[in-house]
Amino acid sequence: MTIEASLAEPAKSDAGGPPVIELRHVSKTFGEVRALSGVDFLVNRGEIVGLLGDNGSGKSTLVKVVMGFHQPDPGGEIYFHGEHIDNWSVARARGLGIETVYQERALCEKQPIWRNMFMGREPHTRWGLLDVKQMRAESSRLMSEHMGFTSAAVHPNNVVATMSGGEKQGVAITRALYFEAELVILDEPTMGLSLSETRKTLDFVGNIKKAGKSAIFIDHNIFNVYPVVDRLYVLDRGKVAGVYLRSEITIDELIDRLYRVARTGSMG
Amino acid sequence: MVNQALPARPANNRGAPPSLLLRYGSQMGIIGVGFAMWLAFVIAAPRVFTDFDIYRAFAETTPLFGIVALSLTFVVITGEIDLSFPSVMALGTGAFCLVTYYGGAPWWVGLIVGLGTGAACGLLNGILVATLNIPSLVITIGTQFLFRGLELVLMNGTGVPLLADKYPQMHALLREPAFGLPVQTLWMVGILIVEWVLLNRTQFGAHVFLVGDNQISARLMGVNAGRVKIKAFVLVGVTAVFCGMLSSIYGYYFWPSTGDGSLLNTIASVFLGGTSVFGGTGSVVGTFVASFIIGAINAGIVSAGVNAFYTQLAFGLVIVVSVVLQTIIDRRIRRQSVTGQ
Repeated sequence: MTIEASLAEPAKSDAGGPPVIELRHVSKTFGEVRALSGVDFLVNRGEIVGLLGDNGSGKSTLVKVVMGFHQPDPGGEIYFHGEHIDNWSVARARGLGIETVYQERALCEKQPIWRNMFMGREPHTRWGLLDVKQMRAESSRLMSEHMGFTSAAVHPNNVVATMSGGEKQGVAITRALYFEAELVILDEPTMGLSLSETRKTLDFVGNIKKAGKSAIFIDHNIFNVYPVVDRLYVLDRGKVAGVYLRSEITIDELIDRLYRVARTGSMG
Repeated sequence: MVNQALPARPANNRGAPPSLLLRYGSQMGIIGVGFAMWLAFVIAAPRVFTDFDIYRAFAETTPLFGIVALSLTFVVITGEIDLSFPSVMALGTGAFCLVTYYGGAPWWVGLIVGLGTGAACGLLNGILVATLNIPSLVITIGTQFLFRGLELVLMNGTGVPLLADKYPQMHALLREPAFGLPVQTLWMVGILIVEWVLLNRTQFGAHVFLVGDNQISARLMGVNAGRVKIKAFVLVGVTAVFCGMLSSIYGYYFWPSTGDGSLLNTIASVFLGGTSVFGGTGSVVGTFVASFIIGAINAGIVSAGVNAFYTQLAFGLVIVVSVVLQTIIDRRIRRQSVTGQ
C-alpha cells in the first residue's frame, strides 16, 4: 500500500500564527491493533477541517488523541499554538479551550440535565462548594436559548434518559458551546438526527467559522462535510491518505478518490 | 440543535420537573417501610416500644455500623463495593491499641495512626480497583482476609481493655452522652451532614455520580475516574476505623474480632437506603434512615418476642426486596427513554 507522498500544504488561514493544534508522527496502538500510524494533522486558527474515512480508519481514535483521552505512542508529539505539550489530558485540553461533541454523546443518562451540562467542569462558589443554583439556572437558560426548548418544555432536573435522541444531541452540542471553545470537535454529530436537526447542526458548524473559531468535523456523509469545511483529511486504515483544500477539489473528484482509496488503499 | 417544532408538540410529562415520586420514590419508600415496621413493633411489644430506653439503645448502637454505611454509599454510587471494611475496623483500632497501650503514645497520636491506617487500607483497595481494573467484589474479599490477618498477627490474636481511666479523652469523645444525647448518634448526624455536603455540593461528589453512571462518558469529559474511586475507598477506610474505635470504646474492650458481623448490616443499610446496585444514583440520607431501620430490626424482633433466628430472615427479605424494587424503578426510567415519554 503506497500512500501519496506529497500531501497538500495546509491552508494558510487569514488569522496566521501557528496552528491551534498540531499532531506530528502520532501513532496509537491498542494491543495488536494499530489504530493510527504516523499521522501528521493540524488545524489552523479559524479553519474548519473535515475528517473523512471508512469505519475503522482511525477517525475517532484521532479525535480522542487530540482530546487527550488516548495518549499517543512514544514518538508522537502534540503542539498547541506551536507549543509542545507533555502530559496531554482531557482536563488539560478542555482547560485550553478544546471541546468535543462525541459520537457516543458522552452523557450520563441517569443524571439530570444540569449535571450533564457541566460534567467535568463544574462551577463552584468561592467556598469551593458546587454552585448548584447557577448550574440549574444556566442549564435552563441554555436549553431555551440554544436548544430551542421553551422553558416549560424541559426542566433542568429532568433525567437525560427520558429525552429523545435529538434532545440528547442538543445537550451535548450546547455543552460544547457553553465553554466558548476555541476548537470544537464534532464526531458524527448528525448521526441519528432528523433532517431539520441535521440542518441546524450544520448551521452550527458554519457559525463556529463566523465566530473565528476552529472546528474538526467528522461525518460519514460527504455531502454534509464538503460544503462546510475549508480543508479535508482522508484517513485510511490509520494513515492520512490525502489532504485537500476544498477550493482545489470538486465533490465529484473527492468521491472518485474516496472510492479509489477504499479499493486500493491509495489515492492515486 | 433540536428542531424548532419541538415546543409545539403536545405537552408531555417532561414539561414539569420530574415528579417527586420519581426523584425521591425510593427514599419515601424506605421511610414508609421504617414507619410501618415501627408501628408493627409498637403493636407487638407496646411496653418495650413506648419506653425511651429502647430508642436510646438504637441511638447508641446503630452508628457503630451506620457511619461506615454512609461512606460505603459513595463507593456503591461509583459502581463498586467494599467488603473489606470490617477488617479495616479491626486493623485500624488494633493500630490505635498498639501505639497507645503497648507503645505508650498519647491518645491523639493513636487516633491519627488508627485513622491513617484506615486511609492506607482504603488507598490500597482503591488503587487495586481503579488502576488495575480488578472487580472490587473480588479484590476486597481478598483484602478483607489480608487486613484481618495482619491485625491478628500484629495483635497476636489478643484483645486490649479500653477503660475510661486509661482513655478518658476517648471516652469523652466517643462514649459519654453529650448534651444529654447519645454521642454516637451525634457523631453520625455530624458525619451525615459533612458527607451530604461532600456528595451533593462538591466536585468530588458530582464526579462520584458521573463515574458510577457512565465511566467512559465521565472520562471523555475529563473526569479522573480512577482518582474519584480511590478517594471513595479512602473515605470508607477512614470511617471504618472510626466505627471500630466507637464500638471498641462502647464495649470497653478491643476484640481482635472487631467488625465481624457488621458486614451485612452495613451493606443492607446502603441498598435499603435507595442506593442503586448499578451505580450512578444514591443518597446518604437514605442510608442514614435505613441504618436505623436495620438497627431496629435486630432489637425489635427480639423484644417483640419473636425468635432471634428471624432476624436473618428479615435482613434477607430487606436486601432482596430493596434491590428488586430499585431494579424495577431503573427499568422504568430506561423504558421511558426508549419511547421518548
